[in-house]
Order: sequence, then structure tokens, then C-alpha cells
Amino acid sequence: MTGSTHAHADAPHEPVFVGKVREQLDALFPKYPTKQACLLPALWMVQEARGWISPAAMAEVADVLGLTPAYVRGVATFYTMYHLHPVGRHFIQVCGTSPCHLCGSDDVLKAILKATGCGELGATSADGRFTVVEVECLGACGFATPILIDDDFHDSVTPERVAGILARYP
Amino acid sequence: MGYPHPPHPKETVVLSKYFGDAEARTFDGWVKRGGYEALKKALGMTPDAIIEELKASGLRGRGGAGFPTGLKWSFMPKNDGKPHYLVCNADESEPGTFKDREIMRWTPHQLIEGCAIGAYAIGAETCYIYIRGEFTEPWKVMTAAVAEAYAKGALGGNVFGSGKRIDIVLHRGAGAYICGEETAMMNSIEGKRGNPRIKPPFPAQAGLFGMPTTINNVETLSSTSHILTRGAAWYKGLCLSNPKSTGTKLFSVCGHVMRPGNYELTMGFPMKDLIHDLAGGMRPGRRLKAVIPGGSSVPIMTAAEAEAALCDYEGIVEKGSMLGSAGFIVMDDSTDMVYEIWRLAKFYAHESCAQCTQCREGTAWTTKILERILRGQGKKEDLDLLLDLSDQMTGRTICVLSDSCAAPIVSGIKKFPEEFEAYLSRAKAPALAAV
Ligand SMILES: Cc1cc2nc3c(=O)[nH]c(=O)nc-3n(C[C@H](O)[C@H](O)[C@H](O)COP(=O)(O)O)c2cc1C
Ligand code: SF4
Ligand code: FES
Repeated sequence: MTGSTHAHADAPHEPVFVGKVREQLDALFPKYPTKQACLLPALWMVQEARGWISPAAMAEVADVLGLTPAYVRGVATFYTMYHLHPVGRHFIQVCGTSPCHLCGSDDVLKAILKATGCGELGATSADGRFTVVEVECLGACGFATPILIDDDFHDSVTPERVAGILARYP
Repeated sequence: MGYPHPPHPKETVVLSKYFGDAEARTFDGWVKRGGYEALKKALGMTPDAIIEELKASGLRGRGGAGFPTGLKWSFMPKNDGKPHYLVCNADESEPGTFKDREIMRWTPHQLIEGCAIGAYAIGAETCYIYIRGEFTEPWKVMTAAVAEAYAKGALGGNVFGSGKRIDIVLHRGAGAYICGEETAMMNSIEGKRGNPRIKPPFPAQAGLFGMPTTINNVETLSSTSHILTRGAAWYKGLCLSNPKSTGTKLFSVCGHVMRPGNYELTMGFPMKDLIHDLAGGMRPGRRLKAVIPGGSSVPIMTAAEAEAALCDYEGIVEKGSMLGSAGFIVMDDSTDMVYEIWRLAKFYAHESCAQCTQCREGTAWTTKILERILRGQGKKEDLDLLLDLSDQMTGRTICVLSDSCAAPIVSGIKKFPEEFEAYLSRAKAPALAAV
């Protein structure tokens, strides 16, 4: 499996764990009794640096933590927030679970899909600007509908507010 | 306090007193408000004395199960020479629940102080706070507060000159509801897939990294400082009905109410007042139809059951559900119960870690059958099939996610049969397009 995914990695891999990022990771090691415990933080660092986690990056993570690439892949695929494919410049997560659904999250989602030009869930807009996904409860149900754009949490979003919010993400 | 709303006179504001007060986020601001006195007091007590105080207070876990906190702490081995760990559960992903988020956003030092007290009491030098990946703002606030606590000597190798070491490490989740389950969380911190573990061994024997571990919810740990400063008797006295439910609790109210928010109430408060008074009641012209009180993982209550219930562990059980994490999902008479139950089943199907057959298959199949009903393609036997599947999903799996999926389905069919019948008899137009 890992062999075939390697073959699909198009651009040559520039190492992530050099310079500042390497220092960041090294600073984490003493906080845990095992290196493996730094796996989730290391994957976050990759995503922060590259926008997504490529198979080659997983191999690099495996190498710096003393794990196998297959193991890293097995863990990375368990967690929904890691992007295992490139996504748009801005990644939008819209809550759609019952409490928000009761408060009209469907309309917010529709408005976002339309305004971004994404059209459908999981797709990236033609200009590469946005990817939109529906997610489960964001832990802010009293502020329906919450959405996350990249690392920014927006509370109480309504269809009317969508255009104004998106304008802040060129 | 139902931030962003001002405190309601019927609230008993302890944990939420400083919600919305930005100065309380800083170390100095927290100290000015009486913060860190409890930790200093704790460091002068023996761990056993702290545990006894918590036992006497009656504090029970606020993460969902309501297990007595002092008793949980007393399970940790003594003088065993092994490292001990405290894990703070800040994964808050239970639909309807949004209280831990506000504690971290507004009063990060309240949580840090509680974690330090807990760590000292169970003989741990390290506390990992596992914050769900989507909580970007709480993460930033907590990161700044932890750094400040180190700088001021409230954490580190010599906490407030006591010679005790207490470290707090923030660990970021990455999108998985199941990591809120305590043993799944331990696997996740260890750099593994978030699969719950078979118990025994229990965490107090072999938990995080195989070492004795205690895991507590954000609100539970945040309550401990108030108990130490004001005393167990004061806390125990905060009780309006059953002496087994003490203290104040943050009740998250969402859905069809005019003023959704977190309301801090003394245990035993009437649910009717919470919904119709504090949370502002229904929108004009609407009537209350149903409430799911414990986050989504508990049985649905009818309006009559909800309006007769007292908000504490026993009071809600008496009326056919459970307090759980106290995330109240309120639904008015415009709600399509079948649709919302389907949406919840879909949530559980998405979040199942897929280790157990009953859960993996059961959550997927119940979702499909509910979908079929909503498409107007349901069959007469479907309700029996759903009940039968739910029965298979209950009490047979490694963790209770599977039971959680079954609870709203079974109670929904029992309490709102006419809504299912309306789809099955084709009297109601399909809510989902046929495929
Ligand atoms: C599927 C599942 C999800 C859970 N999610 C959470 C959660 O998000 N936050 C939490 O505090 N407890 C959660 N729990 C409960 C924890 O397993 C554990 O009981 C709790 O953190 C213990 O803390 P307490 O005694 O202070 O309540 C969950 C349990 C299950 C089975
Ligand atoms: S019940 Fe479901 S979520 Fe829990 S361990 Fe089994 S498969 Fe995983
Ligand atoms: S259901 Fe949307 S934030 Fe909880």
C-alpha cells in the first residue's frame, strides 16, 4: 500500500522537520515518555507547514519518530482533521449535527456552498480558494451555526452573514 | 452565567462568575479574583486530606457518567514508585454540550488550578489536557495561560515554593468524537488510533503509558478549587433535591430556545424553569415538544417528562432519561423527530471507531433504515428492525458509543410512534429525496 501511494506523490518532498519546525518538535520530546506520543503534534506541524499531509511527509514523520510509514498512515487516517489530500487555500468546516440543524445549519451550508462556488461538499472551488465540508458537532451548539475557517472560529453564522465573512479570506 | 447573557437571578454562579470578563483570563486578574489560593492551600494539605474533602463534598464527574470524584482519586495506588498521570478531558464533542469551551475561553486559570490540585492529590507530576482539535480559540487562551502559570511559579519544578513538581502539557486532538472516551483518549495521547481499550485493567491500575492514571472532565477539575477554599460542607449544601447530587453545574441549553447558553444552577433545579424562564422559552407561537438532556447520548424526554423533571442525576433518571453531560437539546413542535433521530444516528455512525461489530454494523444499519423511512420507502417491519438492532447494540460493546446511538432511537420510537407511522403510511411527504 505505502509503496503505491509513494509512487503518486508528484512533487519531490522538501523536508518539514528542519530549522524552526525541528526545534518545535525537539522541544516536545521531553514532555512525553515516548517519542510516539509526539505523533499527533508532528502531523499537525506538517499540516501547518504544507496545508496537507502527503505520503512523503508521513514517511518523514515516521523517520523522525522511529515509526514505520504504514503505522503513521494508519493513525493519520483515523482522525478527520488531517488533510490527506491538498485542499483549497481556505478550509471551511460547517456544523451539521442535530442541535445546529434545528437552528438552520442547512441554510448556512447551502449559502456557503453557493458563495464559495464549491457547489458540493468536499470539492475545492475552481479558483482554488475554498474547500467546504460538513462536520459533526463543533462544541458550540448554543452559538448556532458555528463554522471554522482555517483556524478561525465564527459563531452564530446566518446565511446573511456568509458573504461578509468570506470576504475576509482572499 | 449564560454568557453572552447577563447572570439570571435564579442562577448560582460559581464556575461561570467571570465568563465574559477578559481580565480574568490573565494570571494577575485571576489572582485578584481569589485565584490560586486553593492550590496554595492544597499544597499545605496531605493528598489524602484533599481526597477526603472531595468525597465529603459529593462532587461527581461532569463528563457524563457522574462518578464520584473523590472516590475515583482514591483508587490511585500509593507509594508504588511509578509515575502517575492526570488527564483532563477537554474533548467536548457531545452534541448539545458547550460548557468546557467557555470555561477554557474565559477562565483558563480556573482549569489550570484544578488540574494542579488534582495532580498533587493523585501523586502525579504531569497533567495532559486533551483539547479537541476544533477548539482553536480555547487552545490559544490555554496556551497563553499555561505559559503565564509557569512564569509565575504556579506550575513547574517548584510550585509556589512547595518543592513539588507539576507540569501541564496541552495535547491537541484531531477530530474524533470517540477520543472523549477515557481509554481512547489515552491511546490518542500515546500516538495511536483512538480506539477504546477493554477494561479491566482500569486506568487507575494501567492507564496512560501503562501507568496509574486518573481522567477527569474540565468542569469537574474546575470545581475542585472552589470546594477547597469554601469547604465541602458549603458544596454539599448546594442541593435542591437529592443529596447524591450536590454543587452547581453548568447546563448547556441549545436548540429551539430564545436564549441558548450555559446556565449555572444548583443541582435539583426544576427543568421547566431552566427551559421556559432562564433559556427564554420557545419562539413565539411554538410549544415545547421534546428535550434530550444529557447531550445526544441519552433517551429523549417528552415535553411532559421534561417539565416535571428536576435537573440532577436522580431527577432526570426518574423521568426516563439521564443527566449525562447536561447538554440540553430543546425541540419545539416544528421538529421532525424522525429526521433529527436520523441525523443523530448518522453522527454515531460517523464517529464509531468500528472495533465492535454491533457498533460498526448497528450504527450504519440504523442510519440506513432511518434514511429509508425518511425517503418514503420505509417498510412496516422497519420499526421492529430498528428496535431489534438497538437491542443488539446495547450493553455488548467495548464502550458505550453503541448504546448512545440506540438510546435516542428506542426512546424516539416509543415516545413519538405517530411520527414514524406518518412516514411509513406515506401520510407524510418524504423528507429526503428517493434514490
Ligand atoms: C463515546 C464517549 C465520548 C465521551 N466524550 C467525553 C467528552 O467529550 N468529554 C468528557 O469529559 N467526557 C467524555 N466521555 C466520558 C469519559 O469517558 C470519562 O468518563 C470522563 O472524562 C471522566 O471524567 P469525570 O469523572 O470528571 O466526568 C465520553 C465517553 C464516551 C463513552
Ligand atoms: S462501541 Fe463503537 S466506538 Fe466504542 S469501542 Fe466499540 S466500535 Fe468503538
Ligand atoms: S451541534 Fe453544532 S456545534 Fe454542536
